Amino acid sequence: MATGSNAPTHAPAPASAGAARTHLAAFVAMAAIFVLAPLLGVYPVFMMKVMCFALFACAFNLLLGFGGLLSFGHAMFLGGAGYVAAHAAKVWGLTPELAVGLATLCAAALGWVTGLLAIRRQGIYFAMITLALAQMVFFLSLQAPFTGGEDGIQAVPRGRLLGMIDLSNPVAMYGFVLAVFLGGFGLIYRIVHSPFGQVLQAIRENEPRAISLGYDADKFKHRAFVLSAALAGMAGATKAIVFQLASLTDVHWSMSGEVVLMTLVGGLGTLFGPMVGAAVIVAMQNYLAELGAWVSVVQGVIFVVCVLLFRRGIVGEIGHLLKKSL
Amino acid sequence: MDIFGIPVQAMMGQLLIGLINGSFYALLSLGLAVIFGLLNIINFAHGAQYMLGAFGAYLLLNKLGLNYWWALLIVPLAVGAMGVVIERTMLARLYKLDHLYGLLLTFGLALIIQGFFRKEYGSSGLPYTMPEQLTGGQNLGFMFLPNYRGWVIAASLVICLATWFVIERTKLGGYLRAATENPQLVQAFGINVPRMITLTYGFGVALAALAGVMAAPIYQVSPQMGADLIIVVFAVVVIGGMGSIMGAIVTGFGLGLVEGLTKVFYPEASTTVIFIIMTIVLLIRPAGLFGTQK
Amino acid sequence: MKRKLLCSLIAGIGLATAGLAQAQISDNVVKIGVLTDMSGLYADLAGPGSATAAKMAVDDYLKATKSSLKVEVVAADHQNKADVGASIARKWFDSERVDAIADVPTSSVALAVHEVAREKGKLLLNSGAASSDLTGKLCSPNTVHWTYDTWMLANGTGSAIVKTGGNTWFFLTADYAFGHALERDTSAVVTKGGGKVLGSVKVPLATQDFSSFLLQAQSSKAKIIGLANAGGDTINSIKQAAEFGITKGGQNLAGLLVFLADVHGLGLQTAQGLILTETFYWDLNDQTRAWSKRFAAANGGKYPTMVQAGVYASVLHYLKAIDAGKTDDGTKTVVKMKELPTDDPLFGKGVIRADGRKIHPAYLFEVKKPAESKGPYDYYKLRATIPADQAFRPIDQGECPLVAKK
Repeated sequence: MATGSNAPTHAPAPASAGAARTHLAAFVAMAAIFVLAPLLGVYPVFMMKVMCFALFACAFNLLLGFGGLLSFGHAMFLGGAGYVAAHAAKVWGLTPELAVGLATLCAAALGWVTGLLAIRRQGIYFAMITLALAQMVFFLSLQAPFTGGEDGIQAVPRGRLLGMIDLSNPVAMYGFVLAVFLGGFGLIYRIVHSPFGQVLQAIRENEPRAISLGYDADKFKHRAFVLSAALAGMAGATKAIVFQLASLTDVHWSMSGEVVLMTLVGGLGTLFGPMVGAAVIVAMQNYLAELGAWVSVVQGVIFVVCVLLFRRGIVGEIGHLLKKSL
Repeated sequence: MDIFGIPVQAMMGQLLIGLINGSFYALLSLGLAVIFGLLNIINFAHGAQYMLGAFGAYLLLNKLGLNYWWALLIVPLAVGAMGVVIERTMLARLYKLDHLYGLLLTFGLALIIQGFFRKEYGSSGLPYTMPEQLTGGQNLGFMFLPNYRGWVIAASLVICLATWFVIERTKLGGYLRAATENPQLVQAFGINVPRMITLTYGFGVALAALAGVMAAPIYQVSPQMGADLIIVVFAVVVIGGMGSIMGAIVTGFGLGLVEGLTKVFYPEASTTVIFIIMTIVLLIRPAGLFGTQK
Repeated sequence: MKRKLLCSLIAGIGLATAGLAQAQISDNVVKIGVLTDMSGLYADLAGPGSATAAKMAVDDYLKATKSSLKVEVVAADHQNKADVGASIARKWFDSERVDAIADVPTSSVALAVHEVAREKGKLLLNSGAASSDLTGKLCSPNTVHWTYDTWMLANGTGSAIVKTGGNTWFFLTADYAFGHALERDTSAVVTKGGGKVLGSVKVPLATQDFSSFLLQAQSSKAKIIGLANAGGDTINSIKQAAEFGITKGGQNLAGLLVFLADVHGLGLQTAQGLILTETFYWDLNDQTRAWSKRFAAANGGKYPTMVQAGVYASVLHYLKAIDAGKTDDGTKTVVKMKELPTDDPLFGKGVIRADGRKIHPAYLFEVKKPAESKGPYDYYKLRATIPADQAFRPIDQGECPLVAKK
């Protein structure tokens, strides 16, 4: 994954103000869609699910699209943080923002440790290590008494945000999720366009050259890993509060595969791609739910088609057509 | 006599059973190692192809009345042929790109195959009758070993060693290994490298299908049978060293034994122990126990 | 441009809150959602068959009573995942005017849907799940638990086997909450009945190979090997036990959760001698036989399991309660369902207790030898009948907050 010319991403960070204007417009459009959709009759819980997964995919894309590191174990951050948040809200009675915050920190810590183990290797080996570590987290989740095993942690209270706003009110809950998503997205945007982000992309393009310029590649990759883990954790924690449930599904390796799919469909290395990919995949799962196992087949077909013919993903293709980076 | 509180008899029984599991790990990781060694692709569809082998045997028996021995011959060839088609039509396009795409493609294929079979057959699993000639068992004193399980160990050992021999000690194997190092040069010598690659993928897939046929009488034939197994097999391949044939074989059998031991002392960890070992090995010997740094 | 956006946003929010204020308006249709596992582990014992059973119940009820109710049945696949099930339940209750959800196999999903039903004041007619917590410490005024639960399984199979001489046990336990609970409950019963538990081994979920665990069970020399697992795990352990000659060696397997569909999948050659408890079997009496033949005709020739029978019976009683109470409000209908005694051709006469538990007799079956079976699905012989008042946990032992303390 470290070799430049075959790297699966194409979008270099823009240096021009014009590109920044495009991004701002796209950001406002995205925010508007999320605000207006429930008002136009789209089921709000569906939108909240999309936002949580969009944040998850964006966090994953930070590592893969911009850092060039394919992690096949990101579910451990999503699900692990979900368990922490659920436990914090239900058993310790923390308010939602504290539960989400604590869970994010835990995900970052887990990312720090697993990152140390994984960064030492590259490419396929890196992916395999993350997979193995995620499997260990999965089995720990299965065994540990506090996670409730197959039952998961159920009946997680939504609580009162800041001790005041009751999140059982659907509008308040939606607002909270929207704020978390837009905040997380904004943070990722800033990271990508910061000097840190630039160096990260340089390392992705050509690691030996970056090292020869004096950058400690491993340290940058590790930091990117931790950030990605933390944001994925934030998504997982918010999801646990919204759905009032933390379950094994979120730590299973098929969830790691799904986030890869979302990012691929939306567009690797684009900023808005993962969100579009998440929306497409969640919508598909939702509307094909009656068809049962066909969902798996359809997801597989999308994977295959994207890899063979459609590598830029939806947003990538749009960006390519408009000759802008999105 | 007791070792750590477990009677030797029980321990021997568990180790023998571990060896049986190890046979499947070895067969599957051998196929994966062969494919990765030459194509540099992690074949995520390996578990689904294993499942296709088992279903092939099931369908052959129930629709065409052909028994186990026919299945052992026909199914790997049929599934291997499917592998050849996949390689020609899809994988070949990805060689110029990052290896990540090969992994993703095979992952997608696995989803398709497994989803389709789940749609047709549900998840409960289907019975496959054991071949007459292999029913019954031997009383070994410390345990009752079903004949079929003994057959599994023997057959896998033979197949694994034969494959190793071909790859490491014959001319054909020499060409394969050379093509891994420098495909253009080997092509320049007049060897048809793309065809070799195609056949290698087909062979690896056929190995998976063969393991599936052998698994059918003892494990339920179910669409999910490959899905969780494949993750363990990845760990085996990584521990053994991703391109090393002997590494895959030894690690496969070895980890079967380790898993068997864990089941005796601490059964809850038996599914995790392989991953723990993998993490440790990767920290100490990043290329795997038998691998060479590429 | 930005000001227009702002204005339309404010207007939109205003409209939305007005819409929210209207809240639930009762509609003219009784809508039942069958939430089940359509393609996974439990698809054969519940799945599409449960949807068929629900539709049969609606048709039979409307035909028999000429009631003026308009009833709709929808179905969906929860894929054995609590989050999927809870989302579908929420969507159904919130925006698709579903009044009651039926079936829901898989305890983790059932518990999640149970909470959603409680939150929304709707109804859960559970037939498929095993957790006895649904009528125990997590009981709710919005759930009726039909068919079976872990306590009944433990006490049915456990105590009956101990009484017939199976007094030493070794457990193969699926290492998750359901397996642990089943082992715990059955151990208690065995010890109470004068038996002894010689040991147990926890098996990771979805293990393919049980040989080493079965070996441990064999060397324990326990008379009975209790299988505290379900679905694919049970089938695998039974199959491999046959392979290792365990039943031939004199030990008996006790399937603590086995369905007719599992036996069908295993085949009699492998499953013979297995002891299990169910609350319904198609061949029990003329009424069950007649119904089951009708069901099989509508279900592709597959005979009903107790879960599917439970869906039929619970939907039937639900409709009865709606007509009697003249409302389809969830909480009120449950009260009516507990008031009215139940009577259907599948489970006979029974009652629903204050904690939501449906009471009916349980039956201890043994799987026939291949020679004893006259055809497909003719698999069980009856060993004992457990009367209704002993089959389920006594109401005061469940720690259910709904039950008035004496």
